[in-house]
Amino acid sequence: MTSPRYPYQFQPRKVRAEFFRLLPISLFVVAFGAAFGLAATQEGLTPLVTIVMSTTVFAGAAQFAVLDLWGADVPVLPLIAVVFAINSRHLLMGASLYPMLKDLSPGRRYGLLLLLTDANWAVSAQDYQNGRRNLEVILGGGLVLWLAWIFGTWLGAYFGGLLDNPKAFGLDMVLGCFLLAMALGGRKSPRVLTAWAVAAAASLVAWAWLPPNTHVVIGALAGGLVGYFWLDRTSADGAAGARTEGGAREH
Amino acid sequence: MSIETTGPGLWLLIAIMAVVTLLTRYGGVFAMSFVRISPRIESFINTMASSVLIAIIVPMAVSGDLGALAALLVTAGAMLLLHKPLPAITLGLVAAAAVRYGVGA
Repeated sequence: MTSPRYPYQFQPRKVRAEFFRLLPISLFVVAFGAAFGLAATQEGLTPLVTIVMSTTVFAGAAQFAVLDLWGADVPVLPLIAVVFAINSRHLLMGASLYPMLKDLSPGRRYGLLLLLTDANWAVSAQDYQNGRRNLEVILGGGLVLWLAWIFGTWLGAYFGGLLDNPKAFGLDMVLGCFLLAMALGGRKSPRVLTAWAVAAAASLVAWAWLPPNTHVVIGALAGGLVGYFWLDRTSADGAAGARTEGGAREH
Repeated sequence: MSIETTGPGLWLLIAIMAVVTLLTRYGGVFAMSFVRISPRIESFINTMASSVLIAIIVPMAVSGDLGALAALLVTAGAMLLLHKPLPAITLGLVAAAAVRYGVGA
């Protein structure tokens, strides 16, 4: 059924393919989840509480950070501040998908965003840069990442960490390397490289001198400003191509 | 103000975390629904998107140990040569493991 207002059509086969495409990285997410489950139970959270947290919050970095605040009681404002600051990158990640998301009905749009996380967003954003509209990876890839996070948390909460020292195997670098590979797989024009240099410098300044966990948003907005003032004809063409392919209208 | 981590307070804390996180997942998209997507805005969000990645990775490289740096450098080099993410990431992790084994971390 095609709705002229919301022309984006999910292809079930592509959703399944994206589920399996992110399965390898999800295996690493299981290892992280196990590390979180172990750390949380060591802080005194019960396995049930830990698993409910991973299921409903689904934000690894923020969940780890909250453990630092955990005790007989938890201060509410610092809790909100830490969770918001670490997850504030989601604001920009969601915004960057808006040209595609606007072609979904609000119900589907906000339902889909429940599964938005770093890895599936990075794939979708990179595909969009390369002229492909891929919200299926947010759904299929998000689902496998979410299930892996819950499963890993369950493993860790009941059976402890899977490995004595995951860092020795470089496993703490999986997400960083994945995101870097996604960035380098995208378009690299002088304009993009300039934006990256500005983003890198701004994020380092924020990391060194501004409140903790603000560096991602500061760096990303600084890089975005380069794009705001420096329009690239070819990339605008690419994005326009991606728009027409999906049959989207200007509004 | 603090909430006890026993009884119902515990579930309230988790609910607060879940709602705050959900607001970050929804907020950017909701705000964009009031913005007209001009070519300039499109250019802004496109360069911002890849800049998010850079702003995560660069402080990670600077604040990390030698193994972290090796992982990112090898992943970058392999990605530029091979154009295939999975082998590049694998080589990066092997590099981190090798450096940390060598350093004795």
